[in-house]
Amino acid sequence: MGELTSTHVLETGEGHGFATTKAGALLAWAQKYSLFMYPYVTACCGMEFMSVSSPRYDFSRFGSEAPRFSPRQSDLLWVVGTIVQRQAPILRRIYEQMAEPKWVLAFGTCASCGGFYDNYATVAGIDKIIPCDIYVPGCPPRPEAVLDGLMLLQDKIQSGDRRPAIVKPRIDPVADPNQGLVQLRRSRPSRPPV
Amino acid sequence: MAKALVELLKKQFASAIVQTHSQCGDETVVVNADSWKEVARFLRDHQQASMDMLTDLTAVDFPDRDPRFEVVAHFYSLSRGHRLRLKARVGDSEGENAEIDTLTDLWGSANWMERECWDLVGVKFKGHPDLRRILLYPEFEGHPLRKDYNAQDIQPLVPYREVPNTEKLPPFGPDEGMPFGRQTHAGFDSDEVN
Repeated sequence: MGELTSTHVLETGEGHGFATTKAGALLAWAQKYSLFMYPYVTACCGMEFMSVSSPRYDFSRFGSEAPRFSPRQSDLLWVVGTIVQRQAPILRRIYEQMAEPKWVLAFGTCASCGGFYDNYATVAGIDKIIPCDIYVPGCPPRPEAVLDGLMLLQDKIQSGDRRPAIVKPRIDPVADPNQGLVQLRRSRPSRPPV
Repeated sequence: MAKALVELLKKQFASAIVQTHSQCGDETVVVNADSWKEVARFLRDHQQASMDMLTDLTAVDFPDRDPRFEVVAHFYSLSRGHRLRLKARVGDSEGENAEIDTLTDLWGSANWMERECWDLVGVKFKGHPDLRRILLYPEFEGHPLRKDYNAQDIQPLVPYREVPNTEKLPPFGPDEGMPFGRQTHAGFDSDEVN
């Protein structure tokens, strides 16, 4: 229970002891590790969603294990992929059917802000229709970024913070020019002649 | 091979053919809109043509031309292995009277392609059994692939959320995300956006 900072272990001994905490903190701690998810997968980001949910990256390690294909049983709505105007009423209805407390994660650039689809057909970000808690940018995002987003959401659940947040890159190529793609490519040894 | 076919068409429909040309070995025949179906039927049934497959049917908008639209069909003969592109010009400069005969009773594949063509460009196919929108929703007004349709004009099915800041939602920095006012509602004042 390392996350329960307000917990005080008063007495320890051979198989005995007790701890005190606040009920809200305990509840939040339970909630953040039992996020039943509703995957709303519409587009190519779904491939990356499969990757992050399969054993190699495996977000069930973080307590986001059980997919529930009924919005009434789920806590976390994963919006994975482009949302078009035609789907907007469906997405809105699914969100409304979810029971409180509920969270929404926008997976990828299209769900976050519409991406490069700047046209009559696409909703420019799901936050135009439903409130969104976490934005994971990327086209598609790396599984590590998705895990960062999930852990960011868990931090927010623990602290009771309902303000939306965006996953920042672990290494910002703008802040550190030595980490840019061009530099990385140049630093790689060139391919030997065939 | 297809060159001989063009000669055959010229002989058979001398008055109907507006123009022919050849680009990189692809033959194109432009016909009168009135004889569109007649030529297509000949292409399907004549032994030398035997076009048993309608690969694609679409339309192009040339806003400066009169007639404004060009309906394009691509035929392929599986038995003979040759292709032909057939075009017809329809519609006046205002986009009205864009009508042409349907090919649904000759090739089944024409059904959905003509619906798409009607949906996005607004060319009417006379005699089509079920000419509804196929990609967009029935509430949509206008035909978005016409050049006079502004690509950012959205017609949302769900009203957008009301947020105090109409420029950006909280987690996005000034150089991130899509501003709220970028897309415009078709047929509404810009004050009513959001």
